[in-house]
Amino acid sequence: MSFALGEAETLGLVGESGSGKSMTCLSVVRLVPRPAARIVGGVVRLDGEDLLTKSEREMQRIRGRKVAMILQDPMSSLNPVFSIGMQMREPLTMYHGLRGAAAVSRAAELLGSVRIPSPATRLRAFPHQLSGGMRQRVVGAMAIAGPPRLLIADEPTTSLDLTIQAQYLGLLKDLQAQHRFAMIFVTHNLGIVARTCDRVAVMYAGRIVELGPVRRLFTTPAHPYTRALLASIPRFGARRETLTAIAGQPPDLARLPAGCAFAPRCPDVMDRCRAEAPPETMAAAGHSTRCWLHAPAA
Amino acid sequence: MSVIAVPEIGAPVEARAQSRRLPVISLGIIATFVLVAILAPLISPADPYEQALRLRHRPPVWEERGSWSYPLGTDRLGRDLLSRIIHGARVSLAAGVLTVLVASAFGAAVGLVAGYYGGRVDATLMRVTDATLSFPVILLALILAVTVGPSFGNVVIAIAVILWARYARVIRGQVLTLMQLDFIAQARIAGAGAWRVITRHLLPNTLNTLVVLVTLQIGYVIIVEASLSFLGAGIPPPTPAWGGMIAEGRDVVTSAWWVSFFPGLAILLVVLAFNLLGDWLRDTLDPRLRQL
Repeated sequence: MSFALGEAETLGLVGESGSGKSMTCLSVVRLVPRPAARIVGGVVRLDGEDLLTKSEREMQRIRGRKVAMILQDPMSSLNPVFSIGMQMREPLTMYHGLRGAAAVSRAAELLGSVRIPSPATRLRAFPHQLSGGMRQRVVGAMAIAGPPRLLIADEPTTSLDLTIQAQYLGLLKDLQAQHRFAMIFVTHNLGIVARTCDRVAVMYAGRIVELGPVRRLFTTPAHPYTRALLASIPRFGARRETLTAIAGQPPDLARLPAGCAFAPRCPDVMDRCRAEAPPETMAAAGHSTRCWLHAPAA
Repeated sequence: MSVIAVPEIGAPVEARAQSRRLPVISLGIIATFVLVAILAPLISPADPYEQALRLRHRPPVWEERGSWSYPLGTDRLGRDLLSRIIHGARVSLAAGVLTVLVASAFGAAVGLVAGYYGGRVDATLMRVTDATLSFPVILLALILAVTVGPSFGNVVIAIAVILWARYARVIRGQVLTLMQLDFIAQARIAGAGAWRVITRHLLPNTLNTLVVLVTLQIGYVIIVEASLSFLGAGIPPPTPAWGGMIAEGRDVVTSAWWVSFFPGLAILLVVLAFNLLGDWLRDTLDPRLRQL
């Protein structure tokens, strides 16, 4: 799989559970869990530097400073035994050598920038005293301590209330506008993608099956899987007894079929799909897909 | 008609409050023994080593032939039992605390490393831990005593060499759970290296468990040290050690019961106090550790 991101651009990464979204994110910072997974090849380039050839020590300097990440579960993403202030000071000391009063005031400033009211007081609070939304803001504040060139948000709003979700998304967009970092936004929620992303990559069984600008992908999806995903969004007012689902199960990643991984579930399946994996083809400028339907007639 | 018994809300709350109440008696006993151990030279009425063969096996003061110069009587060499018990507190508590500190530091380090790195490192360290746990402490101490000779240092080493494995196993289990939590992933993504993750994030989150385990184990170590001294593989005489003192009175339990009884009572009190305190700490700090 391959994708590129420009400054202040947001890429949405969507797909079913287990399609490799989180793994993709973790490989960018080279933290895929071993021995279950391994990076077998390829390049991860940030500002022209290949991250895969870096030593572990150099990687540690890049993590957090250049690439930051927000994870899904705000309930466990802060260390329960330290106050917010102590945790916020840690990256500040690590990245900028800030100590003492300077670190405290910078931490308060960061908390203020993620719109936490009375940040100076909050620094003394412990994680369990804050709500999920608050904690996720704190995580966000720590993520922009670098400030990073790339922010990976791995389903940052999945466990938040709907109203808080919208606020948090707005906050992320504002921070992005301010710091101009690129953002990879992992989610199941196509509605969020439509609102926050510039481009979308649809993943299936560890591959990007379609990648293109949000508007185009939503109006003229090229891959049958994308079409099925869009069709399964419940629509208000539509008179339906049942929700539309994609028939069948995602494939076992350890035993992928020979051809296209989506072939067993695809409504438009052809003989060729079962035999050969489709190459990446352009459905339009800036809009690529892996599907025989769009392959140039051979 | 069916009657549904609704438990009274007041009762369980009260029971809980009781378990939360400070274990004053345990703390009192421990504090007393610690003070006694520290102040031993000042408060002991006589020299614990001074022999008076003409005054052998004097009974405690309330018995017929007892006298106030030997409140708890004398042993077979005419040494003052009270003074020996007071000095024995130093040996027992020092052995208990020192051993547990050495064992917990090493064991926790092993557990943290095994849990953090996982995979082959974990497998290797845990096999070593299992092997260690299967080795009897007393046997190792006896071997050490026979080969290098019994001494305070050897007792500490012999017990610590076995005891660390318990810490390693419990802490590793905790670390495995902690590693699943996002804040560890978040710390690594923020650029924290192994050392920082282990010392700043994993260790502080296992401290509760460590404290509980340490407290519970001090009592256990005091018993093991006493057993070793009793068997002659522990603290060599004439240093007053409670286990050794019990052994010295073994042959005369029918005629001079006090020689064995009072050191035994001291062991009982201290170990009970540490165990009760440990139980209380466990219930308060970390109720999930019930099986310890």
